[in-house]
Amino acid sequence: MGLAYPYAAIVGQDEMKHALLIAAVDPSIGGVLVFGDRGTGKSTAVRSLASLLPPMPVIAGCRYNCDPNAPAMPSLCELCASEGGKEKAAKKKVKAPVPVVDLPLGATEDRVVGALDLERALAQGVKAFEPGLLARAHRGFLYIDEVNLLEDHLVDVLLDVAASGENVVEREGLSVRHPARFVLVGSGNPEEGELRPQLLDRFGLSVEVKTPTDIAARIEVIRRRDEFDRDPVAFTEKWSKENAKLRKQIVAGREKLKEVEVPQAALERAAQLCIKLGTDGLRGELTLMRTARALAALEGDNVVTDDHLKRIAPAALRHRLRRNPLDDSGSTTRVERAIAELFGA
Amino acid sequence: MSAAAHWSEAVLAASLLAIDPAGLGGVNVRSLAGPVRDRWLRDFTGLLPEGTPVRRVPLHIADSRLLGGLDLAQTLQAGRPVAERGVLAEVNGGIAIMAMGERLTPSTAARLTAVLDNGEVILERDGLAMRLPSRFGVVVLDEGVTEDEKPPTALLERLAFSVILTDVSIRDTDALAPTPDEIADARALLGSVVVPDKLVEAICGAGVALGVASLRPTLMAVRVARASAALAGRVEAEEDDASVAVRLVLVPRATRIPEAPSEEPQPEEQPPEEPPPEQPPEDQPPPEGDDDEVKPPPEVDKPLEDVVLAAALAAMPAGLLAQLRAAQFMRNRAAAGGRSGASKQSGGRGRPVGTRRGMPQNGNRLNVVETLRNAAPWQPIRRREAEASGRYTEGGRRVEVRQDDFRITRYKQKSQTTSIFVVDASGSAALHRLAEAKGAVELLLADCYVRRDRVALIAFRGTGAEVLLPPTRSLVRAKRALSSLPGGGGTPFAAGIDAAVELADAVRRRGETPLLVFLTDGKANVGRDGKGGRQQAGEDALAAARMLRAASFTALMVDTSPQPQPQAQKIAREMDALYLPLPYADAKGISKTVLAATPSARG
Repeated sequence: MGLAYPYAAIVGQDEMKHALLIAAVDPSIGGVLVFGDRGTGKSTAVRSLASLLPPMPVIAGCRYNCDPNAPAMPSLCELCASEGGKEKAAKKKVKAPVPVVDLPLGATEDRVVGALDLERALAQGVKAFEPGLLARAHRGFLYIDEVNLLEDHLVDVLLDVAASGENVVEREGLSVRHPARFVLVGSGNPEEGELRPQLLDRFGLSVEVKTPTDIAARIEVIRRRDEFDRDPVAFTEKWSKENAKLRKQIVAGREKLKEVEVPQAALERAAQLCIKLGTDGLRGELTLMRTARALAALEGDNVVTDDHLKRIAPAALRHRLRRNPLDDSGSTTRVERAIAELFGA
Repeated sequence: MSAAAHWSEAVLAASLLAIDPAGLGGVNVRSLAGPVRDRWLRDFTGLLPEGTPVRRVPLHIADSRLLGGLDLAQTLQAGRPVAERGVLAEVNGGIAIMAMGERLTPSTAARLTAVLDNGEVILERDGLAMRLPSRFGVVVLDEGVTEDEKPPTALLERLAFSVILTDVSIRDTDALAPTPDEIADARALLGSVVVPDKLVEAICGAGVALGVASLRPTLMAVRVARASAALAGRVEAEEDDASVAVRLVLVPRATRIPEAPSEEPQPEEQPPEEPPPEQPPEDQPPPEGDDDEVKPPPEVDKPLEDVVLAAALAAMPAGLLAQLRAAQFMRNRAAAGGRSGASKQSGGRGRPVGTRRGMPQNGNRLNVVETLRNAAPWQPIRRREAEASGRYTEGGRRVEVRQDDFRITRYKQKSQTTSIFVVDASGSAALHRLAEAKGAVELLLADCYVRRDRVALIAFRGTGAEVLLPPTRSLVRAKRALSSLPGGGGTPFAAGIDAAVELADAVRRRGETPLLVFLTDGKANVGRDGKGGRQQAGEDALAAARMLRAASFTALMVDTSPQPQPQAQKIAREMDALYLPLPYADAKGISKTVLAATPSARG
């Protein structure tokens, strides 16, 4: 695929870039949905994320990229959780790049969840499991462009796995389970159709992207893109410093995450906001709290403040409102209004 | 613009595209099939270097051919999985021609655009995982006639050019084209052509002035300027190149008229003969919004609209559509005799939802991969068996497949319902709370949203009916179409019913279930011929209603007049439609009506 466009060189679209960085700091927030105008660099941003992410430790030879520090099943695959596996894990750790896996439209279910390895079965008569995209995306990112065009039966699979963090395969006489925790990233254009509410709910953050209207920004986008297309190597080199800075920020943010304190007052604020907006269930509050903490960590702050909550609330809550589906401009405005009322403008 | 000028623009687009097919994305050729289009295609492919792959992609291509998959014949022959490259991988470095582009589904278009964006086919199918580099240009043959028949926007957005050959006759097709050698020279030069900053700025400015929101076309325009310079043998793009780029790429996508010059093209029209000003005035701020284009508010004042919307909200029973659907179900069962209902079952339609054991008969489709998967573990045993019984011959069948292994794909016919709202926007209806009717539609739309139905919107007023919104799942668009619905004029009810029947028929032919919802006061006063006259109009409406009944579409008529109208009732009866008077505030009454009219709800 050649070189990806450097993340740091993306002009504007701060909300989207921020959301992806937050997900990189705390993958447990549950994914990022990027919805908006065409030609705004949605997929460019996601694809360039891969080059930004610091490598992660994995158990050598594990085909599921198991985490050497993970405690047991279901965070470890069957092999690594077994006795022999544990010894092996203790011995060998290697660094591997964080996977950013594309789930292309037209993918078949057997490739998504994994299936019988046809080659080995035909040639050797061995019943072996060939892991699918869910396995490959474990501990990384699973990206679906045009997520609203994804076939329903694949959405069902994703919903289940994204919720449980484990992929259970029962097909062709195989019975396999393996961990599959990933950050689900979806992008799309609302004109192509809406997402099922259940799938919406799986995304921790939802950001809206708009085409820049400022002419200077537009010129800058075109100029950088043109420069990149003409000489990707030189362009990537030129931006490597900025990219490295962002990488350091992610690493520092991950370290900081454990120390960030969420005071009682912030929890109350988050709860008040969710009650005011009438979001369903507790997931809204939980995500709001987690994302605010990740935001604080990313920015090197020790305590979650109103400011963090205020800035992240629209992205964390706008897709959770029990909404009037016709009110297209509404949800963002409603969150902002609630914030203004609660926090004082 | 004259036909000859259209042709020369088309030739210029072909030349530029031949220089950089992958970089420029491609071209949408709007024209019916015919000698002119054939000529253009021949000229275009003639400009490409010898041996460039050119592949025609049929409309309903299966994913396995489009993207790739398992090659059945080879796999069985070799006894191991053999991948088959799809068309999009085979066309690497060449041109993909999409036939009947106006009928392309968003899903197919999305598969295509993903490859265009990534420069590779990402294959995750049939147990195969591959990345096949593929960069190519796309020629979309767009045979659309009406405004809404066009290829998916997501695809158009990635094609630099749009060429219109509708008016060109074969006599006009003798513009001078560059020779293949000149194109080859330009290709060689392309990499070293520089587009100066000030031209990039000018192109960006033109994009803003013309209201081209997305940045992709603007980026395309910069590349077109580069190709244009290369064609002229220049290493630095000049103003001429930028103006060619703006004319060919940005002007056809204009959504507004730039402010400064007066002689500018109308939006959506063909490129003008004169190029637009190369340099939009630098000192002039980009036009703010679409202020000059905002239509006057349709009818009543905003606050009033809100008030009646609230009233309508209170008056609409929840789950109205669900009950209608139940009614439809009853009716289909009752009429299960002669005609093929919309919800007929078939083995090969709808979306695949997994596989099951079975024989590939009666139109069931064999799922090759799953069949092989099931056969695979048994191969050694079967081979031994075959050898023991002396059936095995060296070089004979490599994979033993037995009947038990057969797996067929299960398809689920999505019982997709398309609700067609037929709204009376005439003067009398405007008096009788058009706003309220809109409120009612919005409520029903919300109901559709929950069910993931598609919606369409038809309005009738003045002398005819108009499809404001073709079937879509985007409620944002539905809402927009609805809020910009103007009111006033006569009531051509017959035309409204006719348009609804026509659209419902198209929906049904696609295998979906149409549901018609009429919102009117039923006071028809314009006949099918567009002339006034209550008597004739009423009869025409009744005749149209009978047609609707004959086609046995499920319909609902919401009477929006203050008092229930006998005329509306009569037409509803003629349609065999559920009749619901929309009173000022009596939700209970309506609920009762619906319950009474819906057999399944009673039991």
